[in-house]
This record gives sequence, C-alpha cells and structure tokens, in this order.
Amino acid sequence: MALQLEHVSYIYGADTTLSVRALDDICLTIPDGQFIGLIGHTGSGKSTLVQHLNGLIAPTAGVVSYNGRNIWEKGYPRKELRSQVGLVFQYPEHQLFEVDVFSDVCFGPKNLGLPEAEVHARAQRALELVGISEEYYKQSPFELSGGQKRRVAIAGVLAMQPKILVLDEPTAGLDPRGRDEILGQIALLKKETRISVVLVSHSMEDVANYVERIVVMNQGRILYDDAPAAVFSHVKELEEVGLAAPQVTYILHRLAQEGFDVDGRATTITEARDTILRAVRKKQV
Amino acid sequence: MIREITLGQYYQTQSVLHGLDSRVKLVGTLTYILSLFVVNNFLGYLLAAVFLAICILLSHVPFRYMIKGMKAVLFLMLFAATLNLFLTPGEAVVRIWKLQITDAGIAMAAKMAIRLTLLIIGSSLMTLTTTPNHLTDGLESLLGPFKKWKVPVHEVAMMMSIALRFIPILLEETDKIMKAQIARGADFDSGNLLQKAKAMVPLLVPLFVAAFRRANDLALAMEARCYRGGEGRTKMKPLVYHTNDYLAYAVLAIYLTVLIVAGRILQL
Repeated sequence: MALQLEHVSYIYGADTTLSVRALDDICLTIPDGQFIGLIGHTGSGKSTLVQHLNGLIAPTAGVVSYNGRNIWEKGYPRKELRSQVGLVFQYPEHQLFEVDVFSDVCFGPKNLGLPEAEVHARAQRALELVGISEEYYKQSPFELSGGQKRRVAIAGVLAMQPKILVLDEPTAGLDPRGRDEILGQIALLKKETRISVVLVSHSMEDVANYVERIVVMNQGRILYDDAPAAVFSHVKELEEVGLAAPQVTYILHRLAQEGFDVDGRATTITEARDTILRAVRKKQV
Repeated sequence: MIREITLGQYYQTQSVLHGLDSRVKLVGTLTYILSLFVVNNFLGYLLAAVFLAICILLSHVPFRYMIKGMKAVLFLMLFAATLNLFLTPGEAVVRIWKLQITDAGIAMAAKMAIRLTLLIIGSSLMTLTTTPNHLTDGLESLLGPFKKWKVPVHEVAMMMSIALRFIPILLEETDKIMKAQIARGADFDSGNLLQKAKAMVPLLVPLFVAAFRRANDLALAMEARCYRGGEGRTKMKPLVYHTNDYLAYAVLAIYLTVLIVAGRILQL
C-alpha cells in the first residue's frame, strides 16, 4: 500500500513561450504510516508535486501509481483516490463556504456518498482531532479566528479519513503560537490514526521536530531524501539552495569546532539540550 | 483547467506589434472594426482578412493560440448566422415548413460570420500584443480631451486597469478553490443543470469572499501610498510616439483608402 511517483516531470504552459519545467524526473515513494517532511525554497516545485499526489494534475511525463495501479489509466476512480489521499492546500481557510462549521466539515464525507449518520460521526471525529470544541459547531466559519479557520479547513479534509494526509504549508501566515498548535495537532493526529503524513514547508525548524524522513527539493528536482540528521549534515549545500538547517544544528557544529564533544546529529531542541549537557559535564569531570 | 480561456489575454513575446505604442493599436483596432462595418462586399472582406493575416504574422503570436480563445464565442456566431440565414427576406432557395432560406439570407449569414470572426480575432490581437497597463494608459491618453467636460477619464482608466489586472488573479483563485474542493470530493462536471448549478456554490462563495478580501487589501495599499486620483500625476513610462508608430498610422491610412477605393470600383 503506497503512493509511488516514477520519473515524473511536469511543465507549465507547455505550448507558450513562458513554459516552465516545474518538476524534473521525480522519483518518490510514500509508504504507509510515515511522517515525511517535504522541503524546498519558494518555486522549487513543492506545490506542483503535491497536486500530483491525488491526481489533481496529470504529469507531463512519468507515472503516478497508488497501490501499484497507475492513477491516470483509463477508468481509474480518481474521486476515490482523493478520499484516500487527502490534500490540504495552502491557506485552506479560503475554501470554507458553508453556513456553519459543522456543515462545512461534512462537505467532504458527503461527497463520498456516505450515509448521513456516518457523515456526522466522521465530521465530529475530525473536529475533535483538530481541537475544535462543540460550542463552535453552529458558528459561521467566517467568524472564527485565523488559526481556528485553518483547523476547521484541515478537519474538512480529515473527515474523509484519508490514508495519506498531505499538508501544503499548513503554518503559512500564522503566528508562532498558532504554528506550534497546528504542528502539535498534526503530530498528535499522526500518532493516533497511524496515517501517512506529508508536511510541506520551507522551514527546516517546522519540520525537524516532527518528521522521520525529509525530502529536499530544488528547482524541480529531489536534492536529498533521507533521515533528518543525515539531511542536516549537508549544511553548506542546503544554504546554497536557499535553505537553512535548524538553529540547533548550527550551535552544535560551532560547539564541536570549539572542542566540545557534542553529537552533531541532534536536530530537535531536546536532543540538543541533552547532548550539550552531557558534553559540558564531561568537560567538568 | 480554467486557464484555457485566451480571449483578452496578453501573450508575452517580442514583435513589431508588441513594440508599438498602445494608442496606435487602440486607434488601429477601432479603425479596423469600423472598416469591417463599412465594407459590404466579399472583396473588401478578403482585403481585411489579408491585412489581419499580415498583422498576425507580424505579432509572432501562434495562430493556434488565438483560435483556442474563439471556441467560447462560436455559439454566438452560429446563433447570429442562423438567425440571418432564416430571417432575411429575398428569393427563396430552400423551404422547410414555414421557414425559408433565401439567397440574400445565405449571403447575409456568410457576411455576418466573416465579419464576426475578423472582428473577434482583430480585437483579440490587440489584447494579445498589449499589456493591460499599456492599454489603459493609451485609453487614458486618447480620452484626455474629454477631461475638459469633467469626464473622470483617469478614474475610469484606473478602474479598467484594476478590473483587467484582477482577471488573472481571480482566475488563479478560481483554479485554486476548484482544486481544493475537488480534493474534498466535489464534482463540477457531472449531473444535470440544477446539480451543476448547486455544485458551483462551494466555488462561488469562497471566490466572492476572496474578491472582497483582495479589493479591501488593494484599497488599503492604495491609501497607504497616498493615492488620490489623476490630478498632477506623472507617469513612470510616459507614452511617446516613435518612427514605427507613425509608420503604423500611415499603413492604417493606406489600408483604409484601398478598402474604400476597392469598394467604389466594385460598385461602378
């Protein structure tokens, strides 16, 4: 059970003078139950790539397959695919349209043709997962705060109960607190439901704390596809493509240069704290 | 998916036509459209078509790209042609029940179809080779004399340029919202007319919200930059006529003369 991209390329405006190669020979496999971070600078092709994952756009060349079946072969039920691969767009709150929060979340499962009781159960479960309590259910989605709107919009996709959840820059435009809330909720969700999550971001900091695998994109190509610690060891190369490793990586590298015995592979603040404390104690002994 | 509409779009490339002053192109297009209505013989249409073909060649815009935008107005053309075909009085050629197709009707329908095709391609050539900003600049400059009679020319031009600028933005927004709703299982293509209309709600509500949000942002940004209308405003790129522009006016004059003379000779 996996989503697979083989040698996928995509060109925007192929028949005009302004044609842009957004994706160039992408090979990527998304297995079950993995938490993946997709990172790249603005214009690196991240958003184009995620739209291939649920068949919103067809690749110019290459094959996208889900569970071994090409999703662009004739008669493939792409509507079903879209319920399996949930895609949360950038600024998803811009897609809210219903009169109240609850009906908006019901939109997705209703489109799947489920019975009403099941639709309501799923909507309620999804809203619980994103931490929207019952008192908001009958409110207009347009009256909520920015962070709440976004959580409702994410619930709208979650309610379809996808096997793979793809989030395109879910923290864009949020304040630090809203960002931490959303990311924390996604991590919790991943833990509770055991679905695959693809988190798209341009910030290493966002991603480093949560994911188990990082895919770095640059100019439509995959630059690195590895565990976070391995990816962050390429600090120089990352900087060359306009990305930066998390702040702690820099501190640890610098400490190692100064002769402290720290583990440079630490990527989260907790890991960094532990290794620094150990190194300092060692020095004192 | 929605970017297929090319009518009224700008096509980025380098050509003689792209380099012309927008005023020349505005006057030229207007003259061309008028000429289509002055002419009423097939020789004239042939001349007009040749003139347009030369312009298209000069514009470096692929003909295929232009035709793509025509599909949207095909229905209108067929409708107009059909009406003319049946409702023009004259010598009957074919009779179907109470309707009759006359020889004058056939000629009229053909003329109408040719006229509309040339008109649409001719005017889309202008928008394909001129950026919206240049277009409104040209319009403002050409309508300048009307300021004497308190016509708010600058404001109208500003409104036009904002409206034109917002077309691609809203198209992009539509595309994005459509994709987002399709990702949530929405279906815009199947079902009967009523179901299709209902399916538009998840698209239209966010689109209107977005339009108002954008308008609000723009108004705020304009105010923050102390925008207060046209009085005493200078331009970053003032419109100046060059040799090519005078040449283009000359070519236009020649085209018009030839067309009128040809029409006269035919009548003699």
